[in-house]
Amino acid sequence: MNGGDILSLITVFVLAAFVGFEVIAKVPSTLHTPLMSGTNAIHGVVLVGAMLVLGTASGTSQMVLGFVAVVLATLNVVGGFVVTDRMLEMFKVRKPPKVSAESVSAVAPSTEGGPK
Amino acid sequence: MSLGTGIRLADLIAAICFVLALRGLTGPKTARYGNLLGAGGMTLAIAITFATNGLTHFLLIVGAMAIGTVIAVPAARLVKMTAMPQMVAAFNGVGGGAAALIALATFLRAPAGSLAVYEVVEVLLGVVIGCVSFSGSCIAFAKLQEIMTGRPITYPGQQVWNGIVGVAILGLGVTVCVSSFNWLVAIVLVLALAFGVAFVLPVGGADVPVLISLLNSFTGLAVAASGFVLHSVVLVVAGTLVGASGTLLTQMMSRAMGRSLPNILFSAFGSVITATGGAEGDTTRSVRSASAEDVAILLAYANKVIVVPGYGLAVAQAQHTIRELADLLESRGVQVIYAIHPVAGRMPGHMNVLLAEANVPYEQLKEMDEANPEFQSADVALVVGANDVVNPAAKNNPDSPIYGMPILAVDEARNIVFMKRSMRPGFAGIDNELLFDPKTTLLFGDAKDSLTKVVAAIKAL
Repeated sequence: MNGGDILSLITVFVLAAFVGFEVIAKVPSTLHTPLMSGTNAIHGVVLVGAMLVLGTASGTSQMVLGFVAVVLATLNVVGGFVVTDRMLEMFKVRKPPKVSAESVSAVAPSTEGGPK
Repeated sequence: MSLGTGIRLADLIAAICFVLALRGLTGPKTARYGNLLGAGGMTLAIAITFATNGLTHFLLIVGAMAIGTVIAVPAARLVKMTAMPQMVAAFNGVGGGAAALIALATFLRAPAGSLAVYEVVEVLLGVVIGCVSFSGSCIAFAKLQEIMTGRPITYPGQQVWNGIVGVAILGLGVTVCVSSFNWLVAIVLVLALAFGVAFVLPVGGADVPVLISLLNSFTGLAVAASGFVLHSVVLVVAGTLVGASGTLLTQMMSRAMGRSLPNILFSAFGSVITATGGAEGDTTRSVRSASAEDVAILLAYANKVIVVPGYGLAVAQAQHTIRELADLLESRGVQVIYAIHPVAGRMPGHMNVLLAEANVPYEQLKEMDEANPEFQSADVALVVGANDVVNPAAKNNPDSPIYGMPILAVDEARNIVFMKRSMRPGFAGIDNELLFDPKTTLLFGDAKDSLTKVVAAIKAL
């Protein structure tokens, strides 16, 4: 990798950090746990890296490391999304006709008891 | 369009999906859609990786992914709602472990001395942060799963030892960078694992969820570091997003508990229980316990009842029974609302999720700021399996470890009913003065049994 590549990666890193801070600036405390679980699933993207390691491995030790990494990363990504989805299932709009999507959204901002 | 360009474009789309997923997860209405969008982006990123030039061992990759999926799906599907926090810790830990392994494998692959200094730094960051996250998450899991005590574990000179290990990791890291003693990486790895354990041991009880959030952002950074190692933009973007948003989320969570992050990490919350001298006080002071019938009468003839749910409700799976009780009371003209403390249960939002599962109307759930003024006009505050979040010591006793944490003003209600399994203190291990208050009535037993009995008694009235 030459110097230009590392600089462009650092650029991506810094910009992504700003986006990460900005995008979740306001979260009701009700959603803290699902959000944590959701971000947990997103860093499961490490599976892509694990696949690259295993897919280009030569020699037993490399293969073992890569294989274990793929298993662990798969646990992270699959488990993360499924658990988050289960948590969020509880927030789905309920059946009673009185509770329409609009009224739920109207109530939602009031849940922002979280810190400002 | 070449294959390489195609992969880069797919990575870009995946990155956009991740950002939108995070934004979706910040609103109750869009949260589920956000999560699905994240999963979609992830599927794309993973699928396109198979097209990488020079990738082999497809069977091994698919096999390893199948093993992971076969373990993860049932684990995530079948875990009880009450055990969600430790499940998140476990999935977070393995992610950190995977990031560390990636960095390590890349390091071992390169011929000795062929890596530039900044490349060695990338590897070391991946290994160290990944290992800390892995071992730290293991201990957090063990604490929440009650494999080991949830109390803070402290020993003399703890911070000094942690400091020494930290400095040793740093020193060895620098040595690896400037020399060719590559085997030192093995020692760095072991030290990082030890540091993760030592870092989590003094964090106790109710603070563990905040810690998991912090470890979650660590894993994000470890993934970003492994992205640098592999020159993978999608890893850097997603890892950094999680690292940054996770740090912010950790701060929000600790602020919801009225405490600073350093305070949570280093103050060994709850270790002073014996110092506040509750132990002998328990046996000598009297409490008023009552039968389910007494409680039924108290509730049935009230005008306004505020339910304060806590972890005990979650453990007993009593969310449906409490709803039944609330419906019954409402049919008698009693106004019922639920006061939800931001950290009731073991994670922020835990109670909302459980009560929503029992179809408790959204409008009846009041956040702390909204609920507190209501207590003055409440006839009964019904505390089901909660303790620390209503402990007035947080307001009155500057010596208490939870001093300063915002609490629900249950003590302002005309009557207080505690449903508890025993006189044991709450998760934070602190005695609750409110239990000895003259206007407090205790109903001992499993929350679900107690509630069922109260429901039956009200029906019989």
